[in-house]
Amino acid sequence: MTATREGASFASGTATDPAMAPHGMTLTLRIWRQRGPADKGRMVTYQLEDISPDMSFLEMLDVLNEKLILAGDDPVVFDHDCREGICGSCGLMINGTAHGRGTSGGPTTTCQLHMRKFKDGDTIDIEPWRASAFPVIKDLSVDRSALDRIIQSGGYISAPTGTAPEAHSILVPKKDSDAAFDAATCIGCGACVAACPNASSMLFTAAKVSHLGLVPQGQPERNDRVVNMVAQQDREGFGGCTNIGECSAACPKGISMENISRLNHDLLGALRAGARPKS
Amino acid sequence: MAVVTVTQPGQRRTPKAAKTSSVFKKVVMAVSGIIMVLYLIAHMIGNLKVFAGRESFNGYSEWIRTIGEPAVPAQTTLTIIRIVLLAAVIAHFWAAVSLWRQAKRARPNGYVTKKPVAQSYASRTMRWGGVIVGLFIVYHILDLTMGVANPEGPASTPYDRLVAGFSNPLITAVYVIALVLLGMHLRHGIWSATQTLGQSNKRREKTVNLFALVFSVVLIGGFLLVPFSVLFGLVG
Amino acid sequence: MPLDLFTVGDPIADTKAPMDVPIGERWSTRRFRARLVNPANRRKLTVIVVGTGLAGGSAAATLGEAGYKVKNFWFHDSPRRAHSVAAQGGINAAKNYRNDGDSVHRLFYDTVKGGDFRSRENNVHRLAEVSVNIIDQCVAQGVPFAREYGGLLDNRSFGGAQVSRTFYARGQTGQQLLYGAYQALERQMAAGTVEQFARHEMLDLIVIDGRARGIVARNLITGEVSTHFADAVVLATGGYSNVFYLSTNAKGSNATAIWRAHKRGAYFANPCYTQIHPTCIPVKGDYQSKLTLMSESLRNDGRVWVPKERGDTRDPREIPEDERDYYLERIYPAFGNLVPRDIASRQAKNVCDEGRGVGPGGLGVYLDFGDAMQRLGRPAIEAKYGNLFDMYAQITGEDPYETPMRIYPAVHYTMGGLWVDYDLQSTIPGMFVIGEANFSDHGANRLGASALMQGLADGYFVLPNTMNDYLADGPFEKVDDSHPAVAEALQEVQGRVQKLLSINGNRTPASFHRELGRLMWDLCGMERSEESLRKALDRIPEIRQEFWTNLKVSGDQDTINPTLEHAGRVADFIELAELMCVDALHRAESCGGHFRAESQTPEGEALRDDENFAYVAAWEWTPEGAPPVLHHEVLEYEYVHLAQRSYK
Ligand SMILES: Cc1cc2nc3c(=O)[nH]c(=O)nc-3n(C[C@H](O)[C@H](O)[C@H](O)COP(=O)(O)OP(=O)(O)OC[C@H]3O[C@@H](n4cnc5c(N)ncnc54)[C@H](O)[C@@H]3O)c2cc1C
Ligand code: HEM
Ligand code: SF4
Ligand code: FES
Repeated sequence: MTATREGASFASGTATDPAMAPHGMTLTLRIWRQRGPADKGRMVTYQLEDISPDMSFLEMLDVLNEKLILAGDDPVVFDHDCREGICGSCGLMINGTAHGRGTSGGPTTTCQLHMRKFKDGDTIDIEPWRASAFPVIKDLSVDRSALDRIIQSGGYISAPTGTAPEAHSILVPKKDSDAAFDAATCIGCGACVAACPNASSMLFTAAKVSHLGLVPQGQPERNDRVVNMVAQQDREGFGGCTNIGECSAACPKGISMENISRLNHDLLGALRAGARPKS
Repeated sequence: MAVVTVTQPGQRRTPKAAKTSSVFKKVVMAVSGIIMVLYLIAHMIGNLKVFAGRESFNGYSEWIRTIGEPAVPAQTTLTIIRIVLLAAVIAHFWAAVSLWRQAKRARPNGYVTKKPVAQSYASRTMRWGGVIVGLFIVYHILDLTMGVANPEGPASTPYDRLVAGFSNPLITAVYVIALVLLGMHLRHGIWSATQTLGQSNKRREKTVNLFALVFSVVLIGGFLLVPFSVLFGLVG
Repeated sequence: MPLDLFTVGDPIADTKAPMDVPIGERWSTRRFRARLVNPANRRKLTVIVVGTGLAGGSAAATLGEAGYKVKNFWFHDSPRRAHSVAAQGGINAAKNYRNDGDSVHRLFYDTVKGGDFRSRENNVHRLAEVSVNIIDQCVAQGVPFAREYGGLLDNRSFGGAQVSRTFYARGQTGQQLLYGAYQALERQMAAGTVEQFARHEMLDLIVIDGRARGIVARNLITGEVSTHFADAVVLATGGYSNVFYLSTNAKGSNATAIWRAHKRGAYFANPCYTQIHPTCIPVKGDYQSKLTLMSESLRNDGRVWVPKERGDTRDPREIPEDERDYYLERIYPAFGNLVPRDIASRQAKNVCDEGRGVGPGGLGVYLDFGDAMQRLGRPAIEAKYGNLFDMYAQITGEDPYETPMRIYPAVHYTMGGLWVDYDLQSTIPGMFVIGEANFSDHGANRLGASALMQGLADGYFVLPNTMNDYLADGPFEKVDDSHPAVAEALQEVQGRVQKLLSINGNRTPASFHRELGRLMWDLCGMERSEESLRKALDRIPEIRQEFWTNLKVSGDQDTINPTLEHAGRVADFIELAELMCVDALHRAESCGGHFRAESQTPEGEALRDDENFAYVAAWEWTPEGAPPVLHHEVLEYEYVHLAQRSYK
């Protein structure tokens, strides 16, 4: 049942829709197929016809999968959920850029990439995020729970339910609040790790350290937070940051490199103040 | 697993986890890099003495070896500088290699297709560029400091070695290539160091990058004046 | 009503709200009367929480913190991906920071009225009371709400409210609130009080001796089906808008958990109450997989219109003013483009039904910023709506600064859900339901910015205070797989998975889902009639029949298999759809989001029938073949007087 047919060739269902026919594109997809963590994996080629430029990238993959299912083949597994660029589930390496950033011109999430960015006859390479901290589950789906564990190591403010003071007793300058918000928009997609030549998760970690470090509520745990989160990301097997900037360029939420500098600043200060990671 | 760390002022020693953390390595790299940069500035200015003539240049070379005399024995200051520099080179190299290996472990199987989007040529060549510069430094010391790799041999004066070396276009070419690589290394390195030391932000980013560029061009330009002047017979 | 479709059972009522004190004291009185569990005993009590959205995430974190042993299940890879993350607009709270006359009572009043008098006063009042604590809690967690220059929290008016009580974090309020709850949850996971079961889908509820004692879940990565036991079970699995296939919900949003619990005895309340949001990006083609909402705030500056002539296919910019019909401004001069969601949606449908719709298939109306651009200038529009305009351009490939946007209504929220009492306990003792999955607070129509409020109220403040009353009787007798009820549930789930894989027919789960969705949208969507609903009720059993004989699922059972997951969810949607149609058919009145063509005023507005329908319809499942049983919970209005809504 799990056999994948090499070189399978399909026409999309929209071929019957006359309105779509003139726009239909023919594409060659080269997709990474890997049965499980133990499988070595390889690129498999598929032909798709009559792809509408109005489709989203994932809708294009849906078309392929419908064909594969009917043919009794294993459909391509990929993660996705909201399909509106906010949940952070989706994430594919498309023609060598995370989320197809290189194709769309600006950073995007995979689910918000549309087929009008491609041309008839294009060959599209699709691969999973690659990092040892993100083991492949199957095909294009990877396990990103390492990012959750980084949050567990300190990416929060300890505020037990019911103990909170009146909201207006804490004033936050608009500038800080806006900067904290900008950092807090990280959706945890992992594109930064995927794009980074070092497979470093620094941008993700820095976004959370910045968000919580910029607001007054986050101060008491600030030193311990940064020390523990950095220790955890090393423990997860991510690479070290060398300030190259691929992460920020791929980030669909525009998280800037400035956050990494802020993390470093906090970390050096915390170490000087004697904060040490929990082992 | 409990998570909140209690910060104890008494706890001063850096435990293993902090010492080997990727950020710690970067700090080592930045600090050692900055030490080398400071040396390079002095070195470059010193080199310009060549334009003041043979005596002046050899005198400068002599002076370095005798600073502080007679309060301290000859060569003391130079030895200290050498030790510090050697330590910096080793630390820098250790951190670079260690991060490099960490990156390899973090992604053992690369992409079939990968396109860089943001990285500059300089940032992409940090590692190999660094190695080439490192090899160059070894050659450079054998050539001009010790003279063993110099056409004039170890018994000559520094000025003669310099002129003899750079009269050969091949040697000049090696220096030019290495220095240009060093310039690129520094352009990214200076920006990178401000990031690593937590001194960068959106507002400063432009300035830092511009500074790094101007600084690298001036420094490398200063260095390159010497070989080119020799090559074109302005000095000799 | 025809007895072939359902039978009527005993009435049902909430018995937990203390009716002997005035409404303002009922919540504190209930907290006082509810029994407590001594902190040392909490460690001996296990609670299963299914879901990590605003409701589930906040509940699991709070219960873990309180000392219970919590087992948290969700189908996503990370708790942070629950669909609460997509909420854009904001969250209401009766803080009265604007000194504009807001109060707990006003929020209570607005919500009951907004729900078109089909919600329970006690629950709504409590929601309004607790709303203020939510903001405090979220701020303490570091949620970066919008602020003013002085550092105070900013508020805006939302969804036509006359006071500014909506707190927001740019256009990503749900995301920021969810991350607050997620971080609190991760803290508890690190502390070991909450055990995590990521990528686990709940497929059945285990009921023993009349009590909910656990769940059957499938590990979506290994395919392993396993049982998990507890002293109480909390469902926080979100809404079921995906019955319609195309909706603003995420692809994975499903009704499976609540539907299986329903089949184990939990009553399903008001399944037909669906909210349809007027400002979504229209459908482009058959391949369409979901619809994207654009914040309602667009209606503050955009003007809605269609051509006066049917079938006018000119470029909108070439249609002169006097050939445009600004129908909302024409029909509702007082509220204009800002009429409530249900009205704006239905009028869009009406003009499209007349053949005046625009864009592909004639299913769209213009939302025109031409005037606003002239009045305020492009920079002002960019500052206010830039991200929405970009999103529109990204999806449609059209530039909304140049040409009017096209919008169309889409299913967005389901007010119906499992029936719960004041303690949020379902009709199965020990099973609690919170968030969008329950039916409790929004009546027949939910006001903007109040679902986030309800999810967090339930999870942070209500459930942790009411659940102890039940748990005080625990720990209950230990159970394991050898219990016949457990073995039966396990076998049923396994059998079903096997069955789905073995049919080996000719249609994919998505193809059935699309067909069902289309049918529900056409026949049980924005406007329903006896005729349309009967048609749907004829057709749905046929779809179900074909599903179970002609489905094709490829791939294996013992690895990650999204097709298999989808098939199971579609099977449940088909059954739920039928109940929705029965509910919609039996409710021969129009109220809130439920518009029955037969029940309208001469001007075409929704006409409620309080005489006959001022009740909650709580449906009981009956095994194969027998029609569902309807239980009435009569709604009484002590504090807000029944009145017809009017927006003219
Ligand atoms: C696009 C959009 C915009 C919105 N904007 C607003 C707004 O501005 N203001 C407002 O107040 N409301 C808004 N709403 C409504 C509001 O966001 C939702 O009603 C609310 O967030 C639902 O929260 P929840 O916790 O009940 O469910 P969800 O957040 O949907 O969480 C469901 C959880 O249950 C899990 N789950 C589901 N099924 C299973 C299963 N079978 N087994 C295991 N786990 C399962 C999921 O993994 C997930 O963790 C919006 C809704 C949408 C769709
Ligand atoms: C032994 C040979 C060398 C090697 C292998 C080497 C390698 C590296 C590497 C891999 C980096 C990090 C790359 C990055 O941040 O993207 C780096 C950074 C740097 N290098 Fe070198 N380098 C060498 C020599 C030098 C020399 C001679 C100088 C200066 C005179 C220098 C100055 C710097 C500086 C300032 C940095 C930035 C530190 C930081 O990122 O924080 N390096 N080097
Ligand atoms: S920093 Fe950007 S790229 Fe990295 S996880 Fe967050 S949103 Fe994704
Ligand atoms: S599917 Fe949610 S961000 Fe792409």
